[in-house]
Amino acid sequence: MKSVFLLEAFSVACFVLLNQVTAKNSEDIRCKCICPPYRDIEGQIYKQNVSLKDCNCLHVVEPMPVDGKDVEAYCLRCECKFEERSSATIKVTIIMYLSILGLLLLYMVYLTLLEPMLKRRLFGHSQLIQSDDDVGQPFANAHNVLSHSHSRPNMLNKVEHAQQRWRRQVQEQRKSVFDRHVVLS
Amino acid sequence: ISPAELASTPTEEPNGSGHLMDFLDEPFPDVGTYEDFHTIDWLREKSRDTDRHRKITSKSKESLWELIKSLLDAWSGWVVMLLIGLLSGTLAGVIDLAVDWMTDLKEGVCLTAFWYSHEQCCWTSNETTFDDRDKCPQWQKWAELMTGHAEGAGAYVLNYLLYVMWALLFSFLAVSLVRVFAPYACGSGIPEIKTILSGFIIRGYLGKWTLLIKTVTLVLAVSSGLSLGKEGPLVHVACCCGNLFCSLFSKYSKNEGKRREVLSAAAAAGVSVAFGAPIGGVLFSLEEVSYYFPLKTLWRSFFAALVAAFTLRAINPFGNSRLVLFYVEYHTPWYMAELVPFILLGVFGGLWGTLFIRANIAWCRRRKTTLLGKYPVLEVIAVTGITAVLAFPNPYTRRSTSELISELFNDCGALESSQLCDYVNNPNMSRPVDDIPDRPAGPGVYNALWQLALALVFKIVITIFTFGMKIPSGLFIPSMAVGAIAGRIVGIAVEQMAYHHHDWLIFKNWCRPGADCVTPGLYAMVGAAACLGEPRRPQKRSSPLLRQSRPEKRSRKKGLNGTSREESTPPTLATDERGPRGKAPLWAFLTQDPTRVEELEALIKDTDYKGFRVVISRESERFMGFVQGRDLPLAIRKSPFKQDGVVSSSVVYFTEDAPLLPPTNPQPLKLRRILNLSPFTVTDHTPMETVVDIFRKLGLRQCLVTRSGRLLGIITKKDVLRHMAQMMNQDPESIMFN
Repeated sequence: MKSVFLLEAFSVACFVLLNQVTAKNSEDIRCKCICPPYRDIEGQIYKQNVSLKDCNCLHVVEPMPVDGKDVEAYCLRCECKFEERSSATIKVTIIMYLSILGLLLLYMVYLTLLEPMLKRRLFGHSQLIQSDDDVGQPFANAHNVLSHSHSRPNMLNKVEHAQQRWRRQVQEQRKSVFDRHVVLS
Repeated sequence: ISPAELASTPTEEPNGSGHLMDFLDEPFPDVGTYEDFHTIDWLREKSRDTDRHRKITSKSKESLWELIKSLLDAWSGWVVMLLIGLLSGTLAGVIDLAVDWMTDLKEGVCLTAFWYSHEQCCWTSNETTFDDRDKCPQWQKWAELMTGHAEGAGAYVLNYLLYVMWALLFSFLAVSLVRVFAPYACGSGIPEIKTILSGFIIRGYLGKWTLLIKTVTLVLAVSSGLSLGKEGPLVHVACCCGNLFCSLFSKYSKNEGKRREVLSAAAAAGVSVAFGAPIGGVLFSLEEVSYYFPLKTLWRSFFAALVAAFTLRAINPFGNSRLVLFYVEYHTPWYMAELVPFILLGVFGGLWGTLFIRANIAWCRRRKTTLLGKYPVLEVIAVTGITAVLAFPNPYTRRSTSELISELFNDCGALESSQLCDYVNNPNMSRPVDDIPDRPAGPGVYNALWQLALALVFKIVITIFTFGMKIPSGLFIPSMAVGAIAGRIVGIAVEQMAYHHHDWLIFKNWCRPGADCVTPGLYAMVGAAACLGEPRRPQKRSSPLLRQSRPEKRSRKKGLNGTSREESTPPTLATDERGPRGKAPLWAFLTQDPTRVEELEALIKDTDYKGFRVVISRESERFMGFVQGRDLPLAIRKSPFKQDGVVSSSVVYFTEDAPLLPPTNPQPLKLRRILNLSPFTVTDHTPMETVVDIFRKLGLRQCLVTRSGRLLGIITKKDVLRHMAQMMNQDPESIMFN
């Protein structure tokens, strides 16, 4: 479905653009120094939002737990690493993922629960001829709706036709994967 | 697109309103396309591409515009690679970030910003301590959030309960989405991609819905704590991206052979983003997945893999510019005597592989034949429940498998404070960080050892049942986890043995007291590598009905390699109800003498021939050319759109010039373009090994057999496979599934 492709392309473009456009949060960089236990001082972790050039033991470890002569020995054992992240990227990604997941779940609920109910009310019980093994499956009425379609080529009908074609394909796939178990993993 | 769909196409005017919505119309299949679940003809695709290229090159001399068009055509390959790399990298970054967050969601939530995972939440906090690097007040476990108590039995039970509930919810959503929207999104996808790349057609397997659902459900499946990885599905996702961008350029969308070159490169990009290793991706594509891999594809794959890796780095999901999944640095060299435990780990890898293959195949057979296969959703929920219930108590299985592997690979320096690195330190030690002398293990290490042993058994057993369920699942990470755990246990054992028994002969030359000599992390890596190689073998050997593989004869092995991808993999080959088997002739002949459209239609309607040979005349039977079975009905049905005035009583001709007809006759139909004037022929005395070789090396789909200059019959690829199956004492009828 090209609309799915367009939606994906659009969201990817948004994502990449947002990544570049959002200003760098000052909280997104840090220097993390891990200092192991030394004599009777416990191990400690120090973090500060400094840039790369200040990322060393002397700038970050505050307050220094040892006195003048031991500072060098203490700092030799500490390891300082500069890290950065993009909090905006994380936020955008998670929210986008949750919204796509939510949309898919809503569509799934609509397809499996609401649509059969609506179609039944619209077309009446007598006109639906469902085969036995289709009962309870999603997209069970794919073949039936086609026969009720009008022949006017307007947009709604085209969308309906495309959707029915897609449903038939999914049904075929489902038969081969779930019923005949032919897909290796 | 099956012929059934052709018949039911609604009649819509080609000049109807709304060209924008034309993509909603059913695409009419072109002459020269292939049916679903059939193989492509590599020779034909290659010659079509050469023709196209020659046409463009000759036209480029005409005008500047044509020259620009020819340049664009040459560049289109690189543009496609760039797009594939960008999209694969982006999707992999999204998947990584989402998995990170959702895995932690099972245990707690970040109060300041709900979209942060545990590590991200505590990123700026100053309350982290050396021993509890992950604890910070901004991130709370569920029990603490709901009841206010952080410790205690009640909190533990509540955490346990919520962990299991979240895991069940994630896996239920994953399997429902797969079932409703895209059933092809289940499994890892690598065997089917191998088949597609070797020339097979599986429509819908690399479609847009499959791409969307695979991405979304992969996150859910991995986050639910099941024993599976995301590397295999990432290859599928990347190949779907490749297929998507192929449709933008007619050079790739119309030519199945060229499309497969793009898909090979896309597979390389997939592995590249999974592990952060572009060269590894290219090698994987070259060795494992591809069937036809010219030198040009090597460079394009590398380009796609690089672009994908750089895009992933730009998104920076790991937060510290770390791109490679497992980044390790070892400072101690290894010694020759360590080869003995390494060999032991290799043997363990082989044993694990055999055990896994046999057990998984038996379980899959049960799934296929008994009631278990009728309830896929329930099966997923049950396995997830069992996994979550058993995994929560052990801290090594509670966390995600990638984190476990990272910790096991990690060398224990002074900066580590995990249980695994709880060695007894000499308090007066003043060595620099990297040079840690050998130390006796503290109680934490022994604790970790038995927990790891339990984790090993658990992972071995549960992976057998997890693999094969109807959700996206990969096998790389669970295998590596099993190997890493085994390797680390062996490494710690050797290390402690070396410490306590310096005077033994093997340790005397190599381990000086006070110096570091054994790196358990290295053993973990060796173990992981040993176990990674094994479980992928069933894709090469097992037949689609999952038989036990019989020992192959050596002489046949070479022949199998080329076509084994067809044979071994995809059970998606449907039963060939369309072709007559057995005794009925598979072809009929048409003559060069003019026939009428309606006669041809009668011929097609009554029978379902695979191909038609065209001869000069019925009497001489001198062979002229070959028409594919599928092309003839398509060409006839499509003709009303192309040439006006063609009706049922029109004359059909295969020659270059139209036959002389009185002007009252309707327009004749020229079908020369569907005639293959140079089909491959062998004689009936050609030995079968040569024939198999020809099929394998040239990628033929069918080959004509002549005797004394006259056409005797036709051999198709499936006939060759059936013959090979008979040679191997397998049931030749099962090849119908190939």
